[in-house]
Formats: sequence, structure tokens, C-alpha cells
Amino acid sequence: MTVEVQAKTRLPQLSSDKQLTFIKLAVLSMAAILSFGTRLFSVLRFESVIHEFDPYFNYRTTRYLTEEGFYNFHNWFDDRAWYPLGRIIGGTIYPGLMVTSATLYNVMQFLNITIDIRNVCVFLAPFFSSLTTIVTYLLTKELKDEGAGLVAAAMIAIVPGYISRSVAGSYDNEGIAIFCMLLTYYFWIKAVNTGTILWATMTALAYFYMVSSWGGYVFLINLIPLHVLALMLLGRFSARVYVAYSTLYCVGTILSMQISFVGFQPVQSSEHMLALGTFGLCQLYAFTQYLREHLSPANFELLFKALLTTLLATLGTALVALTLTGKISPWTGRFYSLLDPSYAKNHIPIIASVSEHQPTSWSSFYFDLQVLVFLFPAGLYFCFSKLTDANIFIILYGVLSIYFAGVMVRLMLVLAPVMCIVSGVAASSLLSLHVKDIEPKVEKHEKKKKHENNLVFRSEVGFLFVTVLGCLLVSYVFHCTWVTSEAYSSPSIVLSARAHDGARIIFDDFREAYTWLKMNTPEDSKVMSWWDYGYQITAMANRTVIVDNNTWNNTHISRVGQAMASTEDKAYEIMRELDVDYVLVIFGGLVGYSSDDINKFLWMVRIGGSTERGRHIREADYYTGAGEFRVDADGSSTLLNCLMYKMSYYKFGLVYTEGGRPPGFDRVRGAEIGNKDFNLDVLEEAYTTEHWLVRIYKVKPLPNRGV
Amino acid sequence: MSSLTTVIPKLYQEYSTKTPKKLKIIDAYLLYIFLTAVIQFVYCCLVGTFPFNSFLSGFISTVSSFVLGVCLRLQVNPENKSEFQGLSAERGFADFIFAHLVLHIVVINFIG
Repeated sequence: MTVEVQAKTRLPQLSSDKQLTFIKLAVLSMAAILSFGTRLFSVLRFESVIHEFDPYFNYRTTRYLTEEGFYNFHNWFDDRAWYPLGRIIGGTIYPGLMVTSATLYNVMQFLNITIDIRNVCVFLAPFFSSLTTIVTYLLTKELKDEGAGLVAAAMIAIVPGYISRSVAGSYDNEGIAIFCMLLTYYFWIKAVNTGTILWATMTALAYFYMVSSWGGYVFLINLIPLHVLALMLLGRFSARVYVAYSTLYCVGTILSMQISFVGFQPVQSSEHMLALGTFGLCQLYAFTQYLREHLSPANFELLFKALLTTLLATLGTALVALTLTGKISPWTGRFYSLLDPSYAKNHIPIIASVSEHQPTSWSSFYFDLQVLVFLFPAGLYFCFSKLTDANIFIILYGVLSIYFAGVMVRLMLVLAPVMCIVSGVAASSLLSLHVKDIEPKVEKHEKKKKHENNLVFRSEVGFLFVTVLGCLLVSYVFHCTWVTSEAYSSPSIVLSARAHDGARIIFDDFREAYTWLKMNTPEDSKVMSWWDYGYQITAMANRTVIVDNNTWNNTHISRVGQAMASTEDKAYEIMRELDVDYVLVIFGGLVGYSSDDINKFLWMVRIGGSTERGRHIREADYYTGAGEFRVDADGSSTLLNCLMYKMSYYKFGLVYTEGGRPPGFDRVRGAEIGNKDFNLDVLEEAYTTEHWLVRIYKVKPLPNRGV
Repeated sequence: MSSLTTVIPKLYQEYSTKTPKKLKIIDAYLLYIFLTAVIQFVYCCLVGTFPFNSFLSGFISTVSSFVLGVCLRLQVNPENKSEFQGLSAERGFADFIFAHLVLHIVVINFIG
């Protein structure tokens, strides 16, 4: 960043074009390498494993794709998930991620680079963030100039908001989707600036890649029409914009319908209607402009009015008729929760329960973006001061994504790139403004003399300013590296903690438990757990699960929640009904792992009670009289006798966890458990891992008759 | 209403005298595509949209051809020279072909 500017000044000769190109290339490739390198903390500290929950599913499908080929993958019916319903994988996923890594894998194999598919998956996200760095450079170059492009590229290489979803091992859709999104924007800006069909078609192709990889494409297909609308309102609509948007919409729509998960949505669902409406408006606008050019104003007005009334009447009736007959589907819950943050919380507990769907706190803006938060407004100023079609786009993108990032934590990912771009513009403009003052004035001295006399200490002020900005940027680098290393590089599948003497302790209980399941249970046994662990169980233990992270069937999940929240007898009925053989719970009370099932338990109660069959489960029953959620002796008796409690704390009353505390002291809740002495009637303990993180129970068969 | 009847012939006259021949050819093509789209639409209203993918691919194919034709017309129109700087008619036509290639490969895939 600043290095680049300083290096330019230090070069011995006057910088020739070649030197400049060389420096640009060097800075850009260093940024790309850096963005790859900074994401490798987790691989170096732990090992090359897939993280989190969702990536396990992606990994499993990718393996299937490479082994079985595309057609089998497309037609795959998965009977390991959602027992007894199963899931049609081919039609319910965005296949872009899997196809990308399978293609990379096959290319590597063709070149005789024998790399394991797991490693392709682990390193895919860092690789794509390198590409993102380059695309950011190109995009910013298109908006402003090359210097801003380089600064933005360097910034996006290490911005924590993006790293959080793209560290090595986090093999998720977002990893490649951000690249696709920025690529589409780049082509779009190109198309608007040049007005060629070629760039518009490229935009459509990039959009297709985006659609194939992430559901967030809806943001994109609403942002671009908004840009067109804004240009119309500002009177900047031109033939170039017409060419770019019309081509993009036509080709892009039919391309996006090739993804079977998207299907006919682009012409049916309300989320895509803005794009369709804008497309129609474009045609009208272009047609009226054509008429205006060829008619006298009075005649034009007459014709225009006649046309407009007939069109509006037909459109209005058609829209009402289609909505009433149900051809245009109403907006989905996730979309409502974008517009109204409290919607999900009040209506759909399953959406609200996911932590990444929570509203963002202001501190996490600073945590994820640091200095960019302050540079962003400055960048907006620079965009406004020289308004072009492209700048309007980036302003719209920035403002909209700030709103969306405020609604949902996970959309911070969409905000991070535009923050980098706009801040890049700001930093580069500010620096070039003031670096000019510091430079010893050899040439052009005479011409500039008039202006320079206006201000005293010009070079000193410039020097001070550059130093301050340099310090800020350096602190940004340190902050980003620290955040990446401390917050975003721990794979949730392997945990680590510090012992009293500072040594690192590794808890590998998850893999221990999954391997136990794989080795010691019958091939066709059904495992019940809370949905968070569904993907991992199918991927690592290769066993059938009742519910998993693809939370499409609310009642089914609710049934599992009811089983966990009921007493043993009631739960046994549900478990017989669901044909469950093993139950798996996560328990962190022994080692102090806070995101365990007891802490998630209230969500199970809420989701369990949200359907008709679970009406008897009321959240209030699980609180103490004072409205607290406690596991000690004061806790409510409903809680102390439900299945989840018993499975978590079975025989825990005999264990000493911390010095100076009574046995059965829960280190997460910081309390001695209330119900120590109990036996399990319908379950038997099958396996408990080394640190008690995972506990597996076997469901007993029905007792013999007459016993 | 009486003035509408005077305006339209005037427009037609102006069009037939002032438009270059190249553009008239494109306009004939556009009219043909437009009529195709109308026929498709009427057909779907009468018969129904049952193989929805087939209808969509056919209809989108005509709409896109129309739109791409309009784009080409805009680009080769000498009046728009200032809008599309450094863009020759040949380049515009090559782009047009490229977009059609992409479009129709997809249409054939989708028509079922």
C-alpha cells in the first residue's frame, strides 16, 4: 500500500513505463500470494482438515462427484440424510463449488499432479481469494485508477470480514461466490462503460457461475437493476446501459434457469421481479427515446400518453391476476428477515436459531473491517465528487450492503469487498494528494508556484498526513493478522485450549466419536442428534441421520427437539417412531466447551414447541421461577428430568472437574448440577469420548413381554 | 383520437425517408422476430404452458433475439456514434454472433 507509493519515489531514475508496470505487477502478485498465505494458519497449526459443519456436506458431495461422475451426482438420491425422507441432492444444492473443485482435481490429475481431493477442497477457498484479489484490482481500476486498484487489492487480501469465510479448510459456497460476484460486477462495469454485447454476455456468464455457487445471487440480480433504475432517474440512461442490461437479463435469466435448484424461480418468484420490471422499463424507455427523436414534442406527448395508459392497464391487471392465481410466489422467510430484522425471530425459530442470521453488533463492524470503517465515508466522498456510471454502481452497492450487513452477521461477507474497494479509492486519492506535496519540486515548479503560495507548511502537513495514514494502514495489517490468527483459524472439528502452564491441549473428541460410530455400529443404524451435527455424522461416520444442517423440513427438526425436551418415556415413543438406534449429544461441561447442546437447548425447546404436535412443550417450563435457565438444584424440574439433561449429565455427578469444587461441577455453566443420582431406563451409554465432549447412547429395544 | 391517426402516418413517412437501408434490414428482422413472439404468446395462452421449460426457452429465445437485434441496431446506427466510441459495425456484429451462440446453446439444452 504505502510501500508502493514510497517505492515509486525512491527509484533512482525517473520512473519509466516498464518500471511502473513491474512495480504494479509485483504489488499485485504479492497481494495475491499474501491472501493465500494468511489463510493457512489453521492448516499449519492443526492439519489439513475441513472445518465447521456445512463444509462437511460439500466435501462429501464433492467426493461423490469425483468418484461417480456428473450424471450420477445430478441424479443422486441421498438416503443417509433426513431419515426416513431422504434428500434429492442434485436438485437441492448449488453445484458450482463441487463442480469447480472436481474440475480442478481432474485437471491436476491430467497434469500428473497427484493431489488428494480433500486437499483440493481445503485449499480451494484460499486459492479463490487470490483470484478475488486480482478481480478487485481490475474492478477498482475500472472505477478509479490503477493506484486505487492496488490499494484495494492489498486491502481485500487481508480483510477479516472475508477471511472469516475463506480460511483454508472452510470449504463453503461463499468462498468462491465472492469471487464470482466481483467478477460479475467487473464485467458489468465494463459492459456499461463500453456498451458492447461481448462484455454484457461475459457478465451473463459470470452471473451464471455466481448463480451456480451461492443463493446470494439474489442480491446481485436486484443490485444491477437498481443501478439501471438509478441511472434512469438521474437521466444518465444511455444506449450503452440498454445494451448492457438487456443482454445481461435475457442471457442471464435463461442461464440461471439451468441450475435445477433455481428452476423457474427467475420468472416466478417475487425476488426476481425487480429485474424483470426493469427489463420491461428499459425497453419502454428506449422506445420512447426513439420516438422522441423522430417526432415533434406535441405529437410525441400525445402518442406517449396513449401508449402509457394502455401498457399500465394491461401490466397492472396481469400482475394482479398472476399473484392472485399463485403464479408468482410470495417472498420467502429469509428475504423478509432481510427487510425486517425482527421477522424471523417472531415467526420462524429455525432461522433465528442460526447464529450467523443474527443482527450485527457495531463492534463486529470494527472487528471485521477496522480502518476501512473510517475510510469508507471518505471514499464515498471521492466517488460522489466525480460521478460516473460506474461510481453510482459502487455507491449503491456500498450503501445497500451496509444495510444488509447490519441485518445479518453473515452478510458482512458481501460488505467486505465494497468496503475495500471504496477505501482503496479513498486511501489512494488521499495519498496521491499529499505525496505530491512532499516530493521535491524539480519540474513544473514555475507553473505551480501560484497555487503553492496559498498554504504555508504544505510539505510538512503533507508529510504528517502521509505518516498518520501510513500508521493506520500498518495497524490495519497487524489487526487483520491478529484477527485471522486468533478468531477465524480454529477448525471447530478439532479444539484447542491452553493448559495452566501455557502448553497447547488438543481435543480431538469429535473425530474420535465419529470414528467410533463408523467402526462399532451396524452399517444401517440411524443416529439422532441435534441438526448441527448431521452433516458431520453422514460425512465422517457414514451413518444415517434424522436431521441435518439443510433445515428444509421444520416439523421433522421439531420432532427431534421434542424428543430432546421430553421426559424419558415420552422421548422413547418419539425415538421408536423415528426408528432411532443411537443418540449423540455434545457436552462441554467437563472441559468448558461452551457451544454444547445444553447451551443450545433452549432453541430445541423453542423449535420443538413451534409445531402442532409439540404444543405441550413450553419454554417457560424450563426456566426457574425467577425466569433463569439454571442446571443446578434450583433449576426447574422439567429441565432436570428431560432427556437432554439426562444424557448430558449421566454419571457426571461422580466426576471431580475442578479443584475445590464438589463433584459434578459444570465448568461451562459454572454450577454444580442439580440432578446427580439418576439412571437411564430406555437408553444405555454406548460411548463417551476422552474429554466427554461427545456422548453416544444406544436406544434399548422394547422390553420382553411379561418382564 | 383524430390526432393519433395523423401522427402515425407522419411517423411512418419520416421513418421511410430518413432511415438508412442497413437499419431497415435490421428492422425487418426485428419485426419478424416480434411477430414470432406474438404467435408464441398467443399459442401459449390458447394451449397452455405445459412443458414450461420448452415454452420458456422458445419465448426467451425470441425475446433475446429481438433485444440483441435492437442492441445491434443501436450500435450500427450512425446517430449513436458518440455513444459507442471505437466500436465498428463489424465488431458489433461479431459480438452479436457470440451472444447468439451462448444463448442458443443454452436454449437447446433447456428446450428438453
